[in-house]
Amino acid sequence: MNPALALAAAPHGFLSPTGVEIAFLLVGLVTFGAALITVTTRQLVHAALWLVVALGGLAVEYLLLTAEFIAWVQVLIYVGSVVVLLLFGLMLTRAPIGRSPDADSGNRRAALAVALAAAVALVWVVVDAFRTTWMDLSGPAAGATHVTGASLFRYWVLPFEALSVLLLAALVGAIVLSRKAKADDRAGAGGTTAADGAPAPAPAGKDSAR
Amino acid sequence: MHLVYPAVLSALLFCTGLYGVLARRNAILVLMSVELMLNAVNLNLVAFDVWLSRAARDTLHSGQALTLFTIAIAAAEIGIGLAIVLAVYRNRGTSDIDKLRDTAERPDGAEPGPAAAEKTEATA
Repeated sequence: MNPALALAAAPHGFLSPTGVEIAFLLVGLVTFGAALITVTTRQLVHAALWLVVALGGLAVEYLLLTAEFIAWVQVLIYVGSVVVLLLFGLMLTRAPIGRSPDADSGNRRAALAVALAAAVALVWVVVDAFRTTWMDLSGPAAGATHVTGASLFRYWVLPFEALSVLLLAALVGAIVLSRKAKADDRAGAGGTTAADGAPAPAPAGKDSAR
Repeated sequence: MHLVYPAVLSALLFCTGLYGVLARRNAILVLMSVELMLNAVNLNLVAFDVWLSRAARDTLHSGQALTLFTIAIAAAEIGIGLAIVLAVYRNRGTSDIDKLRDTAERPDGAEPGPAAAEKTEATA
């Protein structure tokens, strides 16, 4: 029996996939396709919308991996806020609606070569290392909210609090970066329009500027 | 489920993001590609955490905790990144990263003509 057949006839063979595996594969194909369109389309707003598909597909993958809390966090933060921020950014930089001819830079071929080489190397190594590894998804969910919360607040409290400080610093930094300098305000003859503010921190920035 | 499926999907998504970062010209599209790369890492972390929580009886759930931290850091990163892109757009009138060449070395001390002209035009 050659090794491929032995691999297929093993207790968890690749030729007899379970339902979860089939679902994972199909959603994975959709996710990967959406990601490919995101990085190749010439319409900037469409790129952001295809990014929604890719991130939503990843949330479904988390659900299939029984990490439900991560899945809902993914939906809330990525699909809910990050993509909205990106769309705001596209609008505020007056991105062209429709096809823009210069969405890709001149080093496309080099980028393609690098990405393909990295993909081949990574997939080869990963498949070689983990082709017989089997995850047991039965039993209580490994990523249920109870489990995640217990581990987060039992073992990871200090990083969690440090992360809240980091978020505060990022908030302050975004405000500082997005408000205009005072001297710039005086020099520009009434130049501050509402469209010049940054997306999320704009109201806070205006408050602190008052 | 075989661990290979999520691992391969995450590798492919990472390389897609890598291509986007290298090939895109608009700064916001580059940020989108960075998000794709971060999400690939998240998928890897979650998959290995689910595997280890059964195979090695790991109760620390470090993969899921790190995934949550990565998501939070990615949110902070996108906020700061967009603020920087908007500041650059306000000063230069473009979010095209190929045109931001002020710190590039120029051969034989050529005048930074077009960039300076563009800057004055944007501020005028």
